[in-house]
Amino acid sequence: MATESLTNRSAVGLVDVKAQSQTSRAWRRLKRDKLAMFGLAILIILVLTAVFAPKIAPHDPYEQNLVMRFKPVGTEGYPLGTDGFGRDILSRLIHGSRISLVVGLSSVSLGLLFGVTLGLIAGYYPRMDNIVMRAVDVMLAFPGVLLAIAVVAALGPGMWNVVVAIGIWSIPTFARIVRGQVLAIKDSEYITATQALGCKDARILFKHILPNCLAPVTVYATMRIASSIMSAATLSFLGLGAQPPIPEWGAMIAEGRSYLYNAPHIATVPGLAIMLVVFAFNLLGDGLRDALDPNLKDV
Amino acid sequence: MLSYINRRLLMLIPVLIGISVVVFLVMHLAPGDPAVILAGPTASASDIAAIRAKLGLDDPVWVQYWRFAKGILKGDLGVSVQSDEPVAEMVKTRFPNTLALAVAAMVVASLLGLSAGIVSAVKKGSLFDSISMLIALLGISLPSFWIGLMLMLAFSVRLRWLPVAGYSGQWWTLAGIKQLVLPSLTLGIGTAALIARITRSSILEIMQQDYIRTARAKGLGQLPTVGKHVLRNALVPVVTVMGLNFGGLLGGTVVTESVFAINGVGRMMVRAITSRDFPVVQGAVFMVATTFVLINLFVDLTYALLDPRIRYD
Repeated sequence: MATESLTNRSAVGLVDVKAQSQTSRAWRRLKRDKLAMFGLAILIILVLTAVFAPKIAPHDPYEQNLVMRFKPVGTEGYPLGTDGFGRDILSRLIHGSRISLVVGLSSVSLGLLFGVTLGLIAGYYPRMDNIVMRAVDVMLAFPGVLLAIAVVAALGPGMWNVVVAIGIWSIPTFARIVRGQVLAIKDSEYITATQALGCKDARILFKHILPNCLAPVTVYATMRIASSIMSAATLSFLGLGAQPPIPEWGAMIAEGRSYLYNAPHIATVPGLAIMLVVFAFNLLGDGLRDALDPNLKDV
Repeated sequence: MLSYINRRLLMLIPVLIGISVVVFLVMHLAPGDPAVILAGPTASASDIAAIRAKLGLDDPVWVQYWRFAKGILKGDLGVSVQSDEPVAEMVKTRFPNTLALAVAAMVVASLLGLSAGIVSAVKKGSLFDSISMLIALLGISLPSFWIGLMLMLAFSVRLRWLPVAGYSGQWWTLAGIKQLVLPSLTLGIGTAALIARITRSSILEIMQQDYIRTARAKGLGQLPTVGKHVLRNALVPVVTVMGLNFGGLLGGTVVTESVFAINGVGRMMVRAITSRDFPVVQGAVFMVATTFVLINLFVDLTYALLDPRIRYD
């Protein structure tokens, strides 16, 4: 039926449009955004690096070579130099990209799963709203990564505990965003219509309301991956995350800290890697925000 | 106005109770027996029992929470397992250092952010504008601990202008100020980037208003227009962001203090986590979160006083 009406329209010469989904329109807008495309390109390279890490890395990231300690950037065979144990920094960075990606993606997924569910419940059921939102207020009463730090304090240091901690830290913001969207949508006529048709709540929530929340959630999730990667690196730097000798970028910076005077590249290089990745996710997030919903531009 | 203040103060109570519950539960529902962890691998069963008794871990959870909550009301945050010092005392001696760092960071962030934002907006499209906005974007993409190390490398290790680390606690002396320069830059640079971006977009928005065109039409120059008419209105959202971010800076002190070896609450917290000194972690997290909530409340109330419209939101 849809194609029929479209052909009719083009037949009368009014408009010549192809059926486009919202996603494809957003993608076309995103493609025009050079900075976002730059960010996306960096991220594609990052994903490829992470997937093929063992093939790309010139050395074993754990292999110590005490003759080759503290070699500066540009040493033959060690383009980014070596660290205090003579390990190849480039290989460690390449393997570390896996950790950063896994930590960023899995902690945000955790936050999404619980945050979105809580937000849907709070927005749709007025009775639950107060309870869920007060809990969210309490979670937001911990500044910065303090909540994540408290959770790590309880679970003990370690990479997966950091994932859990940072995931929990993301829950309240996702819940807030989704709740706001649900409140805005749930009184629309099409929701009333589905209710009148006798749809079950779960179907209304997941089939009819959730898709309309996806734009802001996608934008925020993209930016949250950036801040999660940064927070995970911070926790590792503080000694609360991935433990040496794991080539986690934050932990690498912590190791390089002792050699700041003689071999500053050990701490400098991983920091640049973190910056590049976080920058790329932020650029893509900015672009997605503009592409998915121009109204969100000022948020 | 009074009813608004009353309502906000009343809302504070459930949030503070919530914070205390979260802090308490996080430490008590943690996997593993804290007594076993504290006692270490070589401890005997009687050692563990002694620690359990000392911490009151044999009581039901709600009794333990009630003891914790009653203690807070009396200003008692428990005793450090490591040093037997009262946690409230430990927080009290270190808190001024944390606060000095946060305030200094806010000063740095405001100075840098406002000036970069204003110049960028007035000279929109200029080289300065592009460069400072790029730096602002990078500024929020950089991990603060790394910025700290790089500043330390440049100004302390190489140029030897500023001390590498440490803080005497005396911000009113020249030596104290010197010690605070790098930590406050480290902590404030992210907020500076945010302030610069918001100042710029806010000024650009106001500049398009009719009354600005009127001001220019009556022959007022660029500088007096910006100074007299634009800034006053453009700075409202900027001040909001500054207020809301001051509390956030408190969370950031945890990292900065650890980088620059400043004897504050944050560094104490990190050390207590590594040594599994739960009462200290609990007390420190509770104090920082409470201060954060109080600062935010203060900021909100100030706005309600300054701008009556806010009250009805």
